[in-house]
Amino acid sequence: MLKINNLNKSFHSELGTEKKVFRGLDFQLNHGDFVSVIGSNGAGKSTLLNIIMGNTSPNSGKLYIENKDFTNLASYKRNTFISKVYQNPTLGTAPSMTIYENLSMADNKGKKFNLTLGLNKKKKELYKNTLTELGLGLEKQLDTEVGLLSGGQRQCLALIMATLNKPKILLLDEHTAALDPQTSKLIMEKTKKIVESNNIPTLMITHNLNDAIKYGNRLIMLHEGRIILDFKDSEKQDLTPEKLLRIFQTKNTSIKDDELFSL
Amino acid sequence: MLLGTIEQGLIFAIMALGLYISYKILDFPDLTVDGSFPMGASIVAILITKGFNPILALIVAFIGGSLAGFVTGYIHIKFKITNLLAGIIVMTGLYSINLRIMGRSNIPLFGIDNIFSNRSNLFIILFIVLLSKFFLDYLLKTKFGFSLRALGDNETLVISLGIDQKKLKIIGLMLANGLVALSGGILAQYQGFSDIAMGTGTIVTGLASIIIGESVLKKGKMLNVTTIVIIGSILYRFIILGSLKIGFNASDIKLITATLTVGIMAFKGKRFKLTFPLLFKKKLGGVFQNAQN
Repeated sequence: MLKINNLNKSFHSELGTEKKVFRGLDFQLNHGDFVSVIGSNGAGKSTLLNIIMGNTSPNSGKLYIENKDFTNLASYKRNTFISKVYQNPTLGTAPSMTIYENLSMADNKGKKFNLTLGLNKKKKELYKNTLTELGLGLEKQLDTEVGLLSGGQRQCLALIMATLNKPKILLLDEHTAALDPQTSKLIMEKTKKIVESNNIPTLMITHNLNDAIKYGNRLIMLHEGRIILDFKDSEKQDLTPEKLLRIFQTKNTSIKDDELFSL
Repeated sequence: MLLGTIEQGLIFAIMALGLYISYKILDFPDLTVDGSFPMGASIVAILITKGFNPILALIVAFIGGSLAGFVTGYIHIKFKITNLLAGIIVMTGLYSINLRIMGRSNIPLFGIDNIFSNRSNLFIILFIVLLSKFFLDYLLKTKFGFSLRALGDNETLVISLGIDQKKLKIIGLMLANGLVALSGGILAQYQGFSDIAMGTGTIVTGLASIIIGESVLKKGKMLNVTTIVIIGSILYRFIILGSLKIGFNASDIKLITATLTVGIMAFKGKRFKLTFPLLFKKKLGGVFQNAQN
């Protein structure tokens, strides 16, 4: 599905020092993958998503979607087949527009925004049903401006909007980090349901080790731009946060040694 | 006097509708209007004195204004010049262009055939205003209109819908300045002359109309935003008329407008928004910081 080949990326500070984020990263996101990505700050998680989204361009390396190269595709064009839910709930919705308008717009993702009427009347019932399933009462507020909703409600809506048109890849960038535990759980459950029922290959960045283990069928750990762990299915199910931390600490020290020697 | 005030209010309402697109919908305080308004007047003046059809002249004025909007949008996007500065630069350049178009600083249009010749002024103006209003009403309900509204709200969302947000912003500014120039062109025919200085303060006048409308009227089922802007524009003209009646000089009008605008904004406690939401930039900045850690 998504393939990343030999990705290199470094940033330069104003003083001219170079910080290498990725040194020949290879990664493949397969059909049916729901991958949790963990790693400390500076591990390259956000840079990875930014490169996939086209907000940052790599120094070298190739990106493929269904074997088609999209390394140099403009950001807005990638968005026709990639969806992302951000940590900040305000980034996924248009606050001065109503829920109904937002959903109709999301439904048209990747298609032409022409001079035909914007509200999707045929699908109104479908939107209502989808919102009813959430249990947040949003179905009664179709004509309410999104700016008046709570952060959790907006994030739920953002998730639905991002997946309404079944993207080829879904990227989740700590999308529950800004929410209270209860809403966070609700969104994680909803995410799981949407991803599994629509079979959308998903990459989820999270700092919550419990969520990382509980959700999805694959877990990778990024450290200094390298994938140092890649657990699948049953291996992943046996993990606990404590085990994960222990593995991370051993790996971390051994990598440090490697780096010393390579110098 | 009363009728004249309403007529003027309606003519300026078209300009206010244009400004509504850039300032309110796109969240782009577009100072280009101070140049595109007299540009519309200049184009109409020169064309009708040369014997062209006055309606054709208005269409050319609209196109001229759109071109000005295009330049503002283009330099803003291409060269990353801030929205406010991009408008000021184009406005400054337009001063010379308008003088070039007219060939001098003032063209009188008395006795020349125009859209108001042998017709009821109010009827003609009302027709054009309503046409613009319904056109805009429909446009904002279309998919294109949705994307335009979303752009001022949340640029990230627009990109995530697979829309070229840069192109969209330029189209929005072209539409806005086209309407502003149209309004300038109608005013020139209405008052019987075009003057190089008639654009000064256009943005504040338009802004005053919008916020007066918004503070007096509430958006509802019967009253949509375009109607509010049009009524606001008429009310503004009446406030000006009132100030002249109580003894202010015509030269005080600009100060009254400025004070009024600040007064209403302060009263409503609304922040005067100048730039686009910085969230997107912050996000990128954050990545750089992460990379540095």
